[in-house]
Amino acid sequence: MATTVKVNGEEIAFDGPASVSDVVDRALDNPVGSSVARGIAVAVNNDVVPRGSWRTTRVSTGDHVEILTATQGG
Amino acid sequence: MDDPLVIAGEKFASRLIMGTGGAPSLLGLETALLESGTELTTVALRRVQTGTEGSIWDLLQRNRIRALPNTAGCFTASEAVLTAKLGREACETNWVKLEVVADDISLLPDPVELISAARTLVNDGFTVLPYTNDDPITARKLADVGCAAVMPLGAPIGTGLGVLNPRNIAAIVADSSVPVILDAGIGTASDAALAMELGCDGVLLATAVTRAADPVRMARSMRRAVQAGRDAYLAGRIPRREDALASSPADGRANLDLAL
Repeated sequence: MATTVKVNGEEIAFDGPASVSDVVDRALDNPVGSSVARGIAVAVNNDVVPRGSWRTTRVSTGDHVEILTATQGG
Repeated sequence: MDDPLVIAGEKFASRLIMGTGGAPSLLGLETALLESGTELTTVALRRVQTGTEGSIWDLLQRNRIRALPNTAGCFTASEAVLTAKLGREACETNWVKLEVVADDISLLPDPVELISAARTLVNDGFTVLPYTNDDPITARKLADVGCAAVMPLGAPIGTGLGVLNPRNIAAIVADSSVPVILDAGIGTASDAALAMELGCDGVLLATAVTRAADPVRMARSMRRAVQAGRDAYLAGRIPRREDALASSPADGRANLDLAL
């Protein structure tokens, strides 16, 4: 069954089930399975998902995923 | 390390904490940060964008400058707490520069939300460095809930108006059980020196360097100003007096009254 989530405000669709890892790879244009991006944090529906749980955390259709990174700021 | 800045048991040789906002290029920013001598530098958390070259994260990593994630752009305690947790995850640190502002025009801290967020984050194991008003009572309450430092503003963010209420800053310093970092409002070197002369333990600034005509030169100037101000504070300034006081001896003057 397809999974469609909103990532940083834009919809991303997967053919089957997807993990937070899959979402990060797609959003960052990483090679599949390479979610090693440092300096990145992920929240699903306003809850932080620790890096160590990205692979095992499933996303569901309708989930709001925010992928944030450190940027210039005061 | 001579006279280090100590926050939550961590020592820093530099008392200048830099921000990275407002720099037109990463390369220029990197040179300025190195010239400033800073060891602790703030970053904001924003949505990732693909295809951008280099990152502030990489820049800080390769120069061994510690990243201090902030919660800029948050208006409520709950937004700030979530942003702090994201910063902890992204930057692999439990230190946070806590900002909770009341509106996006004044950018002034909302003390009620700020203290609430600070309490929650301290209880969650964060080392909290709150950006606060120049109000001694708010500063005291922030220390009371367990903040590792307090960071009163000299003037509103980005104004470059300097230290508008030196007496309040001095009162915060006199009362504080934790380090006091003057944060925001610095325009030029003398502002940073004044903050340190007032007894602040450090200065946090961004715009004054990143938007200066020559950011690298201004970064160097700020480094020296913070050092000079700290030295002047430790040296102990002379008391102010109303009347002049000759520094040359009055005795032993020659009689040069040629009218005699």
